Amino acid sequence: MHIVVEDLVKTFRIAERRSGLLGALAGVVRRRHRTVRALDGVSFEIGAGELVGYIGPNGAGKSTTVKVLAGILVPDSGRCEVAGRVPWKRRIEHVRDIGVVFGQRTQLWWDLPAVESFELLRDIYRVPAGDYRRTLDELVGLLDLAPLLDTPVRQLSLGQRMRCDLAAALLHSPRLLYLDEPTIGLDAVSKLAVRDFIRERNRSRGVTVLLTTHDMDDIEALCRRVILIHEGGILHDGPLDALRARVRPERRLIVDLADANGGIDDREAEVVAREGRRVTLRFDPARTPAAELIARIASRHALRDLFVENPPIEEVIARIYAEARA
Amino acid sequence: MRDAARLYVRYISASMRSQMQYRASFVFQTIGQFLICGIDFVAIWALFARFGGLKGWSLPEVALFYGMVHTAFAVTDAASRGFDHFPHMVKHGEFDRMLLRPRSTAFQLAAYTLELRRVGRFGQGFAVLVYALCAVEVEITAAKLALILFAMAGSFCMFYGLLVLQATAAFWTTESLELMNTVTYGGTETGSYPLSIYHDWFRKFFTFVVPLACVNYYPALAVLDRAEPGGFVATFGWYSPAVGLAFLLVSLRVWKLGVRHYRSTGS
Amino acid sequence: MRAYAAVFGARFRALLQYRAAAAAGLGTQVFWGLIRVMIFGAFYATAPQAAPMSFPQVVTYVWLGQGMIRLLIWRSDPAVEGMIRTGTVAYELVRPVDLYWLWFSRSAANLTAPTLLRAVPMYALAGLVLGMEPPASPAAGAAWAASVAVAVLLATSMCTLASISLLWTISGEGVSRLLPAAVWCLSGMVIPLPFFPDWAQPVLRALPFRGMMDLPFRIYIGHLGAGDWAGALGHQAAWAAGLVLLGRWALCRGQRRLVVQGG
Repeated sequence: MHIVVEDLVKTFRIAERRSGLLGALAGVVRRRHRTVRALDGVSFEIGAGELVGYIGPNGAGKSTTVKVLAGILVPDSGRCEVAGRVPWKRRIEHVRDIGVVFGQRTQLWWDLPAVESFELLRDIYRVPAGDYRRTLDELVGLLDLAPLLDTPVRQLSLGQRMRCDLAAALLHSPRLLYLDEPTIGLDAVSKLAVRDFIRERNRSRGVTVLLTTHDMDDIEALCRRVILIHEGGILHDGPLDALRARVRPERRLIVDLADANGGIDDREAEVVAREGRRVTLRFDPARTPAAELIARIASRHALRDLFVENPPIEEVIARIYAEARA
Repeated sequence: MRDAARLYVRYISASMRSQMQYRASFVFQTIGQFLICGIDFVAIWALFARFGGLKGWSLPEVALFYGMVHTAFAVTDAASRGFDHFPHMVKHGEFDRMLLRPRSTAFQLAAYTLELRRVGRFGQGFAVLVYALCAVEVEITAAKLALILFAMAGSFCMFYGLLVLQATAAFWTTESLELMNTVTYGGTETGSYPLSIYHDWFRKFFTFVVPLACVNYYPALAVLDRAEPGGFVATFGWYSPAVGLAFLLVSLRVWKLGVRHYRSTGS
Repeated sequence: MRAYAAVFGARFRALLQYRAAAAAGLGTQVFWGLIRVMIFGAFYATAPQAAPMSFPQVVTYVWLGQGMIRLLIWRSDPAVEGMIRTGTVAYELVRPVDLYWLWFSRSAANLTAPTLLRAVPMYALAGLVLGMEPPASPAAGAAWAASVAVAVLLATSMCTLASISLLWTISGEGVSRLLPAAVWCLSGMVIPLPFFPDWAQPVLRALPFRGMMDLPFRIYIGHLGAGDWAGALGHQAAWAAGLVLLGRWALCRGQRRLVVQGG
C-alpha cells in the first residue's frame, strides 16, 4: 500500500460566534469568518508495509491528514494517492481497502454483542464467509476476544472495547490501517496487548500502519519512522532517534526518598523539583544511561519508589519549533 | 440489489433486537402512540356526529383519506429514524464513521433502525382504513385496492423525501428546521381530510410544493369515484402516486449535494 | 414559603432563556391552528345550525388553545425523572424542605415559562391577523385570567403527580405514556368539549381535564355565562386541591418505598 501525499493544502473557515442578542442578530446578517490553515503544503510518502508514527500537538493537522487519506475530506489543493487511487474520488472503492480505528469512538453497535457487530461488518464489507471465519478466528486468538464475543459492547471495559475495535477494523483484511489514538485511556496491560497486536499484523501480514498518537511510548515501541506535523507543516520525517537527537536530549528521574528530609546530590543529574519526599531530577541519557544513574542513586539513598520519564512530546516539539524559527 | 436488501434486513433485525431489550417501555409507548393518534379520529367522528357531513363528504369517505395518509406516514416515521437522528450524528462526529464504510450514506441511514413503537400509529391508521373500506358506499375492486396500496407507497416516498430534506439541512446549519416538522406532521393532518375543503392557497401548496394531493387526494378521489368520469382527474389519480417517488429521488440528489458539501468543508 | 418561590423563580428565569426554540415552534402552531380553523370552517359551511357555538367563538377557542399548548406538553419533570433513574433523588430527600412543594414549584416553573413564551406572541399574532377575538366582556376577561391562574395550578398538580408516579417504575412509565393522550383529548385541545356528543358531556364535566383548557376558554369567549363562572373556578380549584392531596399522599408512600429499597 503506497501512500503518496504532495503539497496538501486545506483551509477551514470557522464562523465566529458573537455574543449577546445584538451580536447574534448581526451574525445573521453578516458572518465573520476566521480561516484556519490546517494543512499547509504537507508532503510525504509511505511505502507498503511500513509502520509510521504521525505525531504533533493538538490542532497540528493530524486528524485532517487522516481524514484526507481516508477519503472523508477533500483538500483544497495538492495530490494524494493511496494504492494508486485518489481517496475522495471513489470513496466506496477506496474505503473498502482501509481500516480505521478511532481511539475515542467505537464503531461497534452499542447494544449488541460484539460478535453481531462483526457479522454486520462482514455483510457491509461483503467478506466471503470462509475468509470471514478464518480472519475472525485468527483475530479472536491474537486479541483474546473469545470471552467477549457475546457481551454487549456497552458492558465492555475500555481495553476490551479497543481490542474489539481493532478486530472490527481488520475483518475485511485491509492492506492499510489508520489508528487514531488507539491506546488513549487504556491500562498498561491493554496498551501492551494493543501494541503487540499492531506489531504482529504489520510484520506478519505486511499491513501498512499509520499511527496517530500523543503517547510517545507507543511511538517508541512500534515506529521506526516518525512524521512530525506542527501547525499544518511537516517538521520532521525520519527515524525517531533523529527526532530526539535534534533537541538536547533529556530524561526525568523521579524518586521517592525513604528519608523525607534527605537530599540528592549527583554530578550527572540536576534537581528540578522537590515536593516532600519526591525529588525530580533531570539528566542527559546520552551521557548517563538511565540504568547507571538509577543504580548509583539507589545505592547511595534509600528509595521508596522511582520512575523514569521522557519529556512530553509537546516539549520536544516546542523546542524543535523554536529552533526552526530561530 | 439483493445483497443490499439482505444487509438492510440484518441491520433492522439487529436494531429490533436492541429495542426489544426494553420491553415494558415499548409496550407503553406503543399503546400511548395508538391512543394519541386515535384521538384525532375520535375528534373527526365526534364532529361528524354533530354536523352530519363535511361539504358533501361522508365519514367513511373522510376515513379513507385519513387511513391512507396515516398508515403510510406511520411506516415512514418508523423507517426514517436514521435521518431524524442525523443532525445529532453530525454534531458528534459520528457521520465520519459512515463515510468510512463502503456503502452509500443514505442507505446506512435508512437502515439505521426500524422503530417498532411507531406500530401504534400504524395500527390506528390501519384500523381506520379498514373501517373506511368496509363502510364506504362505492365498491372496492381489486384494482382499487391496488391503487390504494400504490397511493400509500407514494405517500411513504413523499414523506420520506421530506425527512431526507430535513436531514440534509443539518449539513449547513446546526439549527433544526422546524419547518419540516410542520410539513410532515402538518401534512399528515392536512391529508386526513379531502383537500377540497381547504382554502385555495393551502390547496395549491399541498399540490405543487409538497405533492400531497398527488399521493393522497387524487388517488382517493379515483377510488371513491368522485371525479368527473373520463375527466383528467379521474385518470390522473391512478398514476399520480408516482410523483411521490419522483419527489424522493429528487431529495436523495439533494442529499448527495449535502454530503459533498460536508466532505469539502469538514464538519 | 420563600424557598419554594426561589426555586420557582430560578427555574422560571432559566427557562425564559429558550427564546429561540419558542420562536421556532410558533410557525408550527400557526400552521396547526390554521388547519383547524379551515376544517371547522368547512363543517360550519355544511350545517351551521348544528354547532354549539358561533364560528368566531370556535376560532378564538382554537387560538386560545394553541397559545396554552405548553401547559399540556409534559410527561413529567425530566429533572425528577433523571434523578430517580440515577438514584440521586436521595439527595432531594435530605433537603430541609417539603419535597412535594419543592417538586410542585419546579413543575410550576416548567409549565409557566414555556407557556408564557408561547402564549404572548401567539395571542398577539392571532389577535392581529388570525381572527382571534377579544374577550366577550371586560368581566369575562378578568374571570378568564383568574381561571387561567387556577388552570396552571391544576396542570402543575397533575404534572407533579405524574412525576411522583415515577417512583414506581412500571406504573410511572405507564402514567407518563398514557396520561398525555387522555389529557389532550379530554381537555379540549383537539376539539372544544361542547362538540363532543351530548351523552359524553356529563363524563367530561366531571373529569378534571376540562379545567385546564376548556373552562378558561369558554369563559373568555362568553360560552359560559357570568352565572357559571363561580362553578367553573370551583371545579378547577377542587380538582387541583384534590390532586395536591393525592400527590402528597403518594409521595409519602413513595418516599417510604425508596428508603426501604435503599434508593
